[in-house]
Amino acid sequence: MSDTILRFEGVNKAFFGVSVLEDVTLDVERGSIVGLVGENGAGKSTLMNILGGVVLMDGGQMLLAGEAYAPRDPRDADRAGIAFIHQELNLFTNLTIAENLFISEFPHCGPTPLLDRGRLRKRAREALALVDLAVSPDVRVERLSPGERQLVEVAKALAMDARIIIFDEPTTSLTTRETERLFGIIDRLHQAGKTIIYISHILRDVMRIADAVAVLRDGQLVASGPVSDFSIHSMIAAMVGREIEQLYPDRTSQPGPEISLELRQLSKAGISHRIDLVLHKGEVLGVFGLMGSGRSELARIIFGLDDFDEGEVLIDGKPVKRLSPTRNIRNGMAFVTENRREDGLMMEATVADNLSLAALPAYRTRLVNTVRSSAVASAVKDRVDALSIKVHDAFRSEVKGLSGGNQQKVVLGKWLMTKPSILIIDEPTRGVDVGAKFEIYETIDRIAAAGTAVLFISSELEELLGMCDRILVMGQGEVLGSFDRAQFHEEAILRTAFREHVA
Amino acid sequence: MTSHRLTMPVLRNMPAILFLLAFALFSLLDPRFATFANFSNIASSSAFVGLVAVGMTIVLLTGGIDLSVGATMYITGAVIGMLLQQDVPMLAAIAVGVLVGTLWGCVNAFLIAWVGLVPFVATLVTLTMGRGIGLLLTESRQFILPQEMAYAASSYLGIPLPVIVFAIVVVAAVVFLRWTAMGRQIYAMGNNVEAARKAGLNTRRLTASVYVISGFCAALAGVILVSQQGSISAGLGQGVEFDAIAAAVLGGTSLFGGVGSVFPGTVIGVLLVQMISTGMVYLQIDLYLQDMVAAIVIFFAVLIDALRMRILTRLERRNIRVEKGSTEVQTAPSSP
Repeated sequence: MSDTILRFEGVNKAFFGVSVLEDVTLDVERGSIVGLVGENGAGKSTLMNILGGVVLMDGGQMLLAGEAYAPRDPRDADRAGIAFIHQELNLFTNLTIAENLFISEFPHCGPTPLLDRGRLRKRAREALALVDLAVSPDVRVERLSPGERQLVEVAKALAMDARIIIFDEPTTSLTTRETERLFGIIDRLHQAGKTIIYISHILRDVMRIADAVAVLRDGQLVASGPVSDFSIHSMIAAMVGREIEQLYPDRTSQPGPEISLELRQLSKAGISHRIDLVLHKGEVLGVFGLMGSGRSELARIIFGLDDFDEGEVLIDGKPVKRLSPTRNIRNGMAFVTENRREDGLMMEATVADNLSLAALPAYRTRLVNTVRSSAVASAVKDRVDALSIKVHDAFRSEVKGLSGGNQQKVVLGKWLMTKPSILIIDEPTRGVDVGAKFEIYETIDRIAAAGTAVLFISSELEELLGMCDRILVMGQGEVLGSFDRAQFHEEAILRTAFREHVA
Repeated sequence: MTSHRLTMPVLRNMPAILFLLAFALFSLLDPRFATFANFSNIASSSAFVGLVAVGMTIVLLTGGIDLSVGATMYITGAVIGMLLQQDVPMLAAIAVGVLVGTLWGCVNAFLIAWVGLVPFVATLVTLTMGRGIGLLLTESRQFILPQEMAYAASSYLGIPLPVIVFAIVVVAAVVFLRWTAMGRQIYAMGNNVEAARKAGLNTRRLTASVYVISGFCAALAGVILVSQQGSISAGLGQGVEFDAIAAAVLGGTSLFGGVGSVFPGTVIGVLLVQMISTGMVYLQIDLYLQDMVAAIVIFFAVLIDALRMRILTRLERRNIRVEKGSTEVQTAPSSP
């Protein structure tokens, strides 16, 4: 084992007495790409945060190229040549690309404290060239697309000449093409002899790019070895500790005849173009499209967050002139947003407070507008049980302490408590682990069976194929095609979505 | 983006445009307004607010706020007055005064960066306590300063001394913010504290330093103001935090951090505020109305600023479609 660049040896970590990592021992070979997988809360991020100096370990040790390595802060990790590309990007949107690349070690003019802008620009240009980003280093990051920002992060790692680069879920906000580009760069880094640790929920990607796989479950390393020893199936089995027969539950109901929501020729300049959409009672209608196809924008218009120029909207067959969130909620509409941390949850509040928020008006006393707290409490308890939200005490625990999957269940639960007749869900399983995904799918099926019309927006075609009665394909703000469950064909749908790009 | 080509620069340069508009208006209404003597006067009397506003801008860039600046000015003035009464040489008295004022800024730095108090609360505490200390030191008497302290009335090459001090501080602040690592890191931290921490920046030290800088600027402002007034009274520097914050925000600095500049931003903001109040004197507007007018102007300027931000974000939002018939992405909001 002379080629081991990094060794975790009996690493332990506990937060507030809850053990997050238990005795993790793992070797990483020099120049390899290690896929690190596990459910949310399995300890992947904690392990990488220890490596990156963001979190201190309680016990055990790390060996970097044979020498003891114990970073006290992110700068120690930087100096040791370990770059950490976090899931939520750590860029400063108000600064230029060049400034972002060298924010912690600006080149100076000799001994003066003044910045050497010339050298800054030159080094930035070199770093950008390594990731094929043909943008001036003086451009502010706020003007870049998510994919370009991701590449800036990679350039940052290269600029500091990292030996080990950690990617934490790098593709969640990238388009298919941007993802391909990132993989190309990872491949090049690999050939240049860099060691890469790649964390992802997208197991297909892990199978594709990794040489070795390490699986964490409940803070323990449960499997590791060369990628050839694994299949997607066996990775999942190792992650959840049991065999999962199905990724998607069977749909138990059929759409009803009544139309819950109808859009006729809905247009908004620059955003949507003549969109026709019919959503039946009890139907799960998928909306698929590549990043930037206008899926989420359409959802925002339907929910009344953005206005539209032309067209008609009918809810339960009745035309609606103006849409507003307040009125929509009163009409039984609910919207689970794409971005749960920013838009969907009060992170510092308890699970119970979050769950009950949207439904509070339903628990008013008649005379004075106070809330019947006992009724709310029992409704919260029911919801926590129904969604099997894993929380110690729903009335005490803050949402920010939950894993991604459980947070998402809280958002979903919040809207389900309003007993919606139309539910819009945007990327409900992004960053959610396999087990929680299945539970979210089951919930969707259950509420559809109970008659709720569900508009299911996703960039993961597979889950739409698994869950929907019908799929609309969008691109450039238009509906490009519609597929019934009987005609579901992955390739045909993808071809439709790519129409503009292929031509 | 045909229509943006016009709207964007207008919106971006709103402070400068407001400034020119106000200038044109007063010049038209009173010919005496557009004279060098008057400008020199405006610049000179805005120097102390300007100094405070420069420090305030740097604090605002981190997303913080410093309400204690008026108290810092008062403490500085009180110390100088007391030392002069003990026949301490003037320059030494000024140096000690500035040092004590800066130390008061260090108290803010300690409370915010180490104790972890919210800047609003911490500096409210030091504002009230600082005023108390000033009263204690002076036993709430009014000091009349000796003639030698009236140096602020002097000028070099026709430029009043306060303006020279202000200009030097502005240049230093611009160089600091634009050309040093620490300056850029202050912007970075104001944009995203969490990311700054993960990037290995010493956020505690950065936070602390902006309050020390603000304390130093306020202390300098205190020196200038006592020299201009020739006396030290209990009301010294009262309400200056409002003027300084208003000037910074008028100049385009965001209260949420990460956005803003000392030059041209805050400098224009300061001059605008001062020009309006001087202009009203020229126009002989009722003294009692002047405060109200000033408040209304600031209110509208901040309102316009908020609208500007909203419109800018809307204009900069990415469009998905390219509309037929034009190579441009969506034009101005089409009116029905």
